Amino acid sequence: MFSIGIDIGSTCTKTVVMNESGEMIEMLLQPTGWSSVDTAKQIRKSLESKGICIDDAKIVATGYGRISVPYADRQVTEITCHAKGAYYLNENKDMVVIDIGGQDTKIIKIESGQVKDFIMNDKCSAGTGRFVEIMANTMGLTIDELCELARTGSGVTISSMCTVFAESEVISLIGRGEDRKNIAYAVVSSIASKVASQCSHMDTKNAVVYLTGGLCECAFLKERIEQMIGHELVTNSKARFAGAIGAALIAASKGA
Amino acid sequence: MMANYREMWEALGMDLENHDNLCAVLPDAFGDVYLSQENRPESMDFWDMVVADIHGIRPAELIEAQKDGKKVFGTFCVFVPDEVVIAADGIVTGLCGGSQFWVPDGEKVLPKSTCPLIKASVGARLGKTCPFFRIADMYVGETTCDGKKKAWEILGQDVPMHIMDIPQMKREKDIARWKEEIADFAKVVEETTGNEITPEKLADAIKIINAKRRAMKRVYEARKADKLPISGKDVLLMTQIAFFDDPQRCAQMCNRLADELEDRIEKGVSVFPEGTKRILVSGTPMAIPNWKLHHIIETSGAAVVCEETCTGTRYFENEVPETGGSLDEQFAAIADRYMKINCACFTPNTDRTKDIIRLAKEYKVDGVIDVNLKFCCLYDTEGYSVEQALKEEGIPVLGIETDYTDADAEQLRTRIEAFVEMLG
Ligand code: SF4
Ligand code: SF4
Repeated sequence: MFSIGIDIGSTCTKTVVMNESGEMIEMLLQPTGWSSVDTAKQIRKSLESKGICIDDAKIVATGYGRISVPYADRQVTEITCHAKGAYYLNENKDMVVIDIGGQDTKIIKIESGQVKDFIMNDKCSAGTGRFVEIMANTMGLTIDELCELARTGSGVTISSMCTVFAESEVISLIGRGEDRKNIAYAVVSSIASKVASQCSHMDTKNAVVYLTGGLCECAFLKERIEQMIGHELVTNSKARFAGAIGAALIAASKGA
Repeated sequence: MMANYREMWEALGMDLENHDNLCAVLPDAFGDVYLSQENRPESMDFWDMVVADIHGIRPAELIEAQKDGKKVFGTFCVFVPDEVVIAADGIVTGLCGGSQFWVPDGEKVLPKSTCPLIKASVGARLGKTCPFFRIADMYVGETTCDGKKKAWEILGQDVPMHIMDIPQMKREKDIARWKEEIADFAKVVEETTGNEITPEKLADAIKIINAKRRAMKRVYEARKADKLPISGKDVLLMTQIAFFDDPQRCAQMCNRLADELEDRIEKGVSVFPEGTKRILVSGTPMAIPNWKLHHIIETSGAAVVCEETCTGTRYFENEVPETGGSLDEQFAAIADRYMKINCACFTPNTDRTKDIIRLAKEYKVDGVIDVNLKFCCLYDTEGYSVEQALKEEGIPVLGIETDYTDADAEQLRTRIEAFVEMLG
C-alpha cells in the first residue's frame, strides 16, 4: 500500500508517494493555481496516470489548502509535517527548521522528532516567498535569475518592511537608474534580514539549522541568512518537499 | 430579536436601520458557534434565551427600573467595584464592545491603532447601535490603559462620565489611594442615585457580589474534572453575560448550572472525546459576542478549560471579607480585594504570571494560549515575560495576537491546530 503526502502551499503543490518499504517513488511539483480543489483533482489524475491508485493508499494532506483534498484520510498542519519531513531528510537530528513558504515563514524547533516550539510569520508577506516573487516580477526577472544577479551586487538596502512600500522603493531605484544587480542584492538582503530577525526569537545555538521551502535552492539567499544569523544552514535539494514528505510519513506511521 | 422592542429602541434614540444589520447577523453567528455544539448542559437554556434577545429582555428590565427611579452605571473594567453601586440601589451593566460591527464607528473618532475593544465600545455609543450604551445614566471609566483614558475624553462629550484613578503600582500607599478613590466614587454614586450608602447596605452588597463570585467559581471548579462537563465556549458566554445581569439572578443561574455540571461529573458525562487537549487561555478580555478564539480552539481538537482574563478568573477570584464594620473599614476591604486583580496595566505584574502557572496546574492543562487584542501594547509586551515563565515551567505556550475580524481566522486555525498537534 502506498503512503501519499500532499502539501498544497499558497504557490506550489508538492506530492510525495512512498511505497511500503518507505522509499519515495514519486515526487511531483506543480503550481497551486487559483483553486486548491482543482489542484487536488489534477494530482489524483497524474497519480492515476502513473498507476498509483489513490483509493487504497493512505493519504495525508497538509498546507494551507489541506482542507481541499476530499480524498485525504487526514489533515495535518504544515508545521507538524515540515518538522517530520526535515527530521527525516536530515537524518533524524534535533534541529531548528526555517521554512520560507509562499505566504508565511515558519521557524520550527524539533527535539527527538517532535515539534517543541514554533514561530510563524503570517501577518505580512515581507520575509516570505511572495516578497521575492513580487520583486522579481517588478524587475522582469525569474526568482532564480534574481538570486544569481544578487550575488554580484552590493551597497543598496531597502528600508521598508512592508512589501507594498518595498515594491515602490524598488520601482524608484529602477527609475533612478540603480544597477539591477544592486537592487537584486537589496531584495535578497531584505528577506534574509526579516527571516533572521524572526529566527532571533528562537534559540539556535548548538542546533542544526535546516532550510526548507521553495527558496532552499537559492544559494545566495542561504548565504545571506547564514551571515545574518551567524550560523551555518543545512539544506537539501529535496527540502522543498519537506512538508509532503512529512505528510507521507505520517500517513505511513499512523495508518492515517 | 423580536420586533416588539423596536419602540423601546426608537425611544432610546437608536439608529434602527443600522441596528437591524446587527440583529440580522447575530442569530446566525450564535447558531454556528453555540447551537452546533453537542450535548450541552440543559441549564444553558437561560443564557441562550438571554442572547436570543440580548438587546431586548435586559434593556427592558433596566428601563423599568429607571422608571422606578433607579440609576444605571455602565462600566468598562473589572476594577470598578459593583458593591458600591449596589449599596446605593443602583444597577451596574458592563459596556465593553466585543463585535467588529461597532469598530468602524469607533474608527471615525479614534486612531486605527487603538485596540478593538475600545474602538467597539466607543463605536457602540456614538453609532447608537447598542441599547445598553443608551440606557446607562452614567459611565464609569478608569485610568487603566492609555487608549481608554483618551477614549473617556471623547465619550465624556456625549455622556456623563466619572473616572476612577487606578494606581499603576500596588504599594501600600497605592492601595490606600485606591481606597480613597472608592470612597469618592461612593459619593458620586450617592449623588447620582439620591440614596445614602450605609455600612449595613454596603455589607449586604458585599454579600451579594461575593455570592455571585462564588457561584461562578463553582462552575469553573467543574472544569477541573478530567471529563469536561461543559465547553469553554459555554462558560465564556455565562461569564460575558454576568457583566450585564442582575447579580442575584446571575448567582442563581450559575449555581443551577453548577448543580448540573456536578451531576454530570458524577455520571462521567463529557462534552469532549477522551484525549482532547486542555487549554488555558490567558490575556485580554473577550467581551460579548467575541467567541472567536474559543470557537477556533474548540473546533481544532482542544478544549478551553479556564480563562485567565477579565472575562474569566480575574472577574470572580478573591472575595471581599464579609466582616462588616464602618464604611471606611469596608472601603479598605474592597480596595484590598480589587487590588488583587492582576492586570497588565500594573507594574510590576509578576503575580499575573504566577496566577497563570497556578491555574495551568489546577486545571491540569496541556498548554496555554496567551492572547492579546491587536494594538494592546500592555498585554502584548507582557506576553514576553508570560511565555518565558511558562517555558521555564515546562508548560507549552502559544502567543496569539488577533482582533474582531475574521480575516485571520484560517491562519489562527493553522497555528492553533499545529499547537494542538505539538501537544501530542
Ligand atoms: S484587562 Fe485590565 S483594564 Fe481591561 S478590564 Fe481587565 S483589569 Fe480592566
Ligand atoms: S485590551 Fe489592552 S488596549 Fe484594549 S482596553 Fe484592555 S488594556 Fe486597553
